[in-house]
Amino acid sequence: MNLSKNWLSDFVDVSDIDVKDYCDRMTDTGSKVEGYEILGEDIENVVVARILSIAPHENSDHLQICQVDIGGKVEQIVTGAQNIFEGAIVPAAIPVAKLPGDIVIKPGKLRGVDSNGMLCSMGELGLTEHDMPGKEADGILILDESYADKLGMDIKEALMLNDTVVEFEITSNRPDCLSVIGLARETAVSFDKPFSAPTPAVKCANDGDKIGNYLSVSISAPDLCSRYMARVVKNVKIAPSPLWLRMRLRASGVRPINNIVDITNYVMLEYGQPMHAFDYSCLNGSAIEVRRARDGECFKSLDDIDHTLDSSMLVIADSDRAVALAGVMGGANSEIKDDTTTVVFESACFLGTSVRVTAKKNGMRTESSARFEKGLDPENCFGGLERACELVELLGAGEVVNEIIDVYPGKAEPTVLELDASVINKFLGINISEEEMKKILTTLEFKVEGNKIIPPSFRADIGCMNDVAEEIARIYGYNKIESSLIKGETTQGGYTPKQKFEINLEKAMCGMGINQIQTFSFISPKFYDKIRLAADSQLRKSVVISNPLGEDTSVMRTVALPSIMEVIARNYNFNNENVRLFEIATVYIPTSETTLPNENKVLCAAMYGNCDFYAMKGVCENVLKLADIKNATVRSASDNPSYHPGRYAEIVVGDKVIGVLGQIHPLTAKNYGVDVPVYACEMDFDAIFEMMNETKLYTPLPKFPATTRDFSFVCDEALEVGTLKQEMTKAGGKLVEGVELFDIYRGPQVGENKKSVSLRVTLRASDRTLTVEEAEKVSAKILRGIEHNLGITLRA
Amino acid sequence: MKEKINQIREEALAAIAADNADLEQIRIKYLGKKGELTSVLRGMGALTAEERPIVGQIANEVRAEVEAALAAKAQAQKEEALERQLKAEKIDVTMPATALAVGHLHPLTQIQRRIEEIFIGMGFSIAEGPEVEYDYYNFQALNIPENHPARDTQDTFYITENILLRSQTSPVQVRTMEKQKPPIRVISPGRVFRSDAVDATHSPLFHQVEGLVVDKGITMGDLKGMLETFAKTLFGEDTRLRFRPLHFPFTEPSAEVDVSCFVCGGKGCRVCKNEGWIEILGAGMVHPFVLENCGIDPKEYSGFAFGIGVERIAMKHYGIDDMRLLYENDTRFLEQF
Repeated sequence: MNLSKNWLSDFVDVSDIDVKDYCDRMTDTGSKVEGYEILGEDIENVVVARILSIAPHENSDHLQICQVDIGGKVEQIVTGAQNIFEGAIVPAAIPVAKLPGDIVIKPGKLRGVDSNGMLCSMGELGLTEHDMPGKEADGILILDESYADKLGMDIKEALMLNDTVVEFEITSNRPDCLSVIGLARETAVSFDKPFSAPTPAVKCANDGDKIGNYLSVSISAPDLCSRYMARVVKNVKIAPSPLWLRMRLRASGVRPINNIVDITNYVMLEYGQPMHAFDYSCLNGSAIEVRRARDGECFKSLDDIDHTLDSSMLVIADSDRAVALAGVMGGANSEIKDDTTTVVFESACFLGTSVRVTAKKNGMRTESSARFEKGLDPENCFGGLERACELVELLGAGEVVNEIIDVYPGKAEPTVLELDASVINKFLGINISEEEMKKILTTLEFKVEGNKIIPPSFRADIGCMNDVAEEIARIYGYNKIESSLIKGETTQGGYTPKQKFEINLEKAMCGMGINQIQTFSFISPKFYDKIRLAADSQLRKSVVISNPLGEDTSVMRTVALPSIMEVIARNYNFNNENVRLFEIATVYIPTSETTLPNENKVLCAAMYGNCDFYAMKGVCENVLKLADIKNATVRSASDNPSYHPGRYAEIVVGDKVIGVLGQIHPLTAKNYGVDVPVYACEMDFDAIFEMMNETKLYTPLPKFPATTRDFSFVCDEALEVGTLKQEMTKAGGKLVEGVELFDIYRGPQVGENKKSVSLRVTLRASDRTLTVEEAEKVSAKILRGIEHNLGITLRA
Repeated sequence: MKEKINQIREEALAAIAADNADLEQIRIKYLGKKGELTSVLRGMGALTAEERPIVGQIANEVRAEVEAALAAKAQAQKEEALERQLKAEKIDVTMPATALAVGHLHPLTQIQRRIEEIFIGMGFSIAEGPEVEYDYYNFQALNIPENHPARDTQDTFYITENILLRSQTSPVQVRTMEKQKPPIRVISPGRVFRSDAVDATHSPLFHQVEGLVVDKGITMGDLKGMLETFAKTLFGEDTRLRFRPLHFPFTEPSAEVDVSCFVCGGKGCRVCKNEGWIEILGAGMVHPFVLENCGIDPKEYSGFAFGIGVERIAMKHYGIDDMRLLYENDTRFLEQF
């Protein structure tokens, strides 16, 4: 809402308030100021002048030399404009002058002739044809003879350009403040100044003519229209509005059109009451009906757009068609035109939610619908209508026909609340007297009767004690409320065990040199192709956003891999080396149409550069160690198309897969434009937390020394070291404390597709030092067992 | 004999004093079993009974003196050797370090954790809830019925008519109040979603930390006190707060809260756009409608709620001028935090 200070001054005196102080105080009392603009600030030393004589320029075909009277002084100005004539009254910029767009006018010579200034067009003064109707846009602005006695006057004063505009951001609960009068009320309360409420007076044509001779109104959908008022104006002369009115509209950011349309806009801005004007001659019949639209009913709005309506929408209709979409926009069929002679003014109140839905469905949010949707005051209809008719008379735009139509099915009972000062004081943590509270409420136009308070009709937002408390607090001053500490029971806060685990996990990942990333939860469905997810994979079934910003962010991810791969690709493109990333990402697994998806957390990591499969395996094992999960095994798998089939493994506890890791399939990597090996893991955060072992028990340190035996087996390439270790442990029995790989040899000595695997077995008894004989016995058991179960022997 | 002993003494001491003296050789030569001093002493038998103790004493003194000289020289040689070694081991400390990989927590995580820790210190728990949420919890229970204009300020992503991506973390508060009776002190950090196209200051996904306190006798003064403590802990002891009235459907009275700029202290700078104040959060007293909806009697209990934008604080705190950097995850960016 742009508020003109000149306009505001009609209702409250703000002449002694500095604009900056004004903005600060209004913000403090709840009318948030976004900024202000001093109009005409960029125009300096431009005056009203009369061209006395025009002489041709001897060195130019198009330049002319003018002698201009700038109020008792004559200046010579050279101009290229062709629309000037001797005697014309024009704006002249006299050096040193300033014009919008940081233009500075200095004395100069044009083709050898002195020119002390510049004659200005409306564009050079920042004005448009709408601000100056009937004037030539391209040439010098020619003013009419009424300016004859204003030669030398500052053009800003002559054209009423001096104003200050304050831009307010009005919250949706205060539609009353989307008006000059509403903001004037707030201004008066904020600065403790008197507010002069307007009382429009309409004289009417005293010729015995009555509105009943023209019109009747009925409301067949009273649930959507609480009040409909109308007046008729006859003998209308459509013309431009006077300068003062145009300049006020301009300051408010509204384009002047003609007197009748300008009046409707003026009243909407001043009263916050959207108005509509119909051309009476275009109405079929004399009965206006406020009714629901018929399903499929066609309607062409003022801006020449065709709409198909349905029965949830409200229309203003004549005997056979809709002439306006209630509260949103008028129809092209009854628009005010230059030859309009009889006008119907509508001032009505429509149900907010209905207007909102109608505007939304038809894709046309207007100044009118934006006000109605917030819920307007039906009591305001009368003032708005009277003001419009008063302006008609003031502007000489027509004759107002006697009497008013007022159909008011939705008159509401006023809200009555009880004021309990002690409750409000206690709630706000302040201590002010009941008298002071009543004084604040009275200035806000609440009716106060004993302990009963009745908010004014335009304050539909006031419905309970909290609302009253806010009124008192904002005028008293939020910043005057003393800070205090919560009294009462203390609470023991803190993280839950799962939250703590997540924090520890994040730190552990960082400790392994992996950077944390944050990615969007929504992805493109194409990303499933990019990670080569099987066409029939259940994971392709995502929660789909019905109104996404774009295809890129249109489904909620069911896997975390695509997100981290995007980041890998980005870093690869930035030529970042040795990139290691992780995210504890939420994935969203759909359940049914009507229930929420399951939101699971996945620890996802990915890396390229100085690393290999076993580096990623180390990361996974560290995560398991952090959770103290000891019974997890890593087994090879090859059924995940995202990963390299020979370099992919599952982490299994019992028969539950709690994670996968591997090298990203070269084709997957290629889809991301990455041509170096990328390693990744995806671990089920929730499962790991569930399995986390929190009760750690101390195992006594060994008292007796261990002994070791080394074995080198020759076996097929396909035999996994894990299997070998398992079998050795099993065969060796309970004296085996551990089996560790220490070398793998491949070469001609062991033959093709064979490898020599060297492992060190640690043997220990908890109650004695093992003898050589005991150790040899275990060695023999291991050899026998391996030969029996795996069919392999020691390297010769 | 005395002269002989003195001569040995002179010779031995001179040998010890020499550079690069081989101390073991000197010891053997003079003090060893077959050494010179020993052999001299063997000739003691030829002396008179009076002379014998005198010469014996001299010989012992010389032995002690030579031994002491040997020991001192040995010590000096050890020290020299160490010094030489250390000198030889000198390295160029300006050469590049061996890189030990260390990862960095995302700046948003770091700020979120700091905020959480401050509130945990004040007795808050951390509540979590679904990001894909029912319209009821995101709007209706919060006094924002269908077709309410307040829905415009939060352009929402919908899944179905009744399921959406939460546009605020307030639904977690509603869920908390449904489950838990006062006293309640929780914060709900997390992701929220709004249909804003990506640019330097907007993102369709961002993070909020919302807080809720419900108990008997909670006042607006308590809200101010709590937020002041929070702001001073996060931004520094000199931080001041400014409260401006605003409208949220779920709180009444409601306020928008600015902190004095933590870069310039309020004088005006680039970070605060010369205003001296930075808007960081919205807050208010929980609307009685919301309490009632969650089965809490507003006549008995009152409460306050507040919401903080994590991105906004992170950006101001680290001087990040483009929100897109936070979700781009360039390691050159991440490793700065």
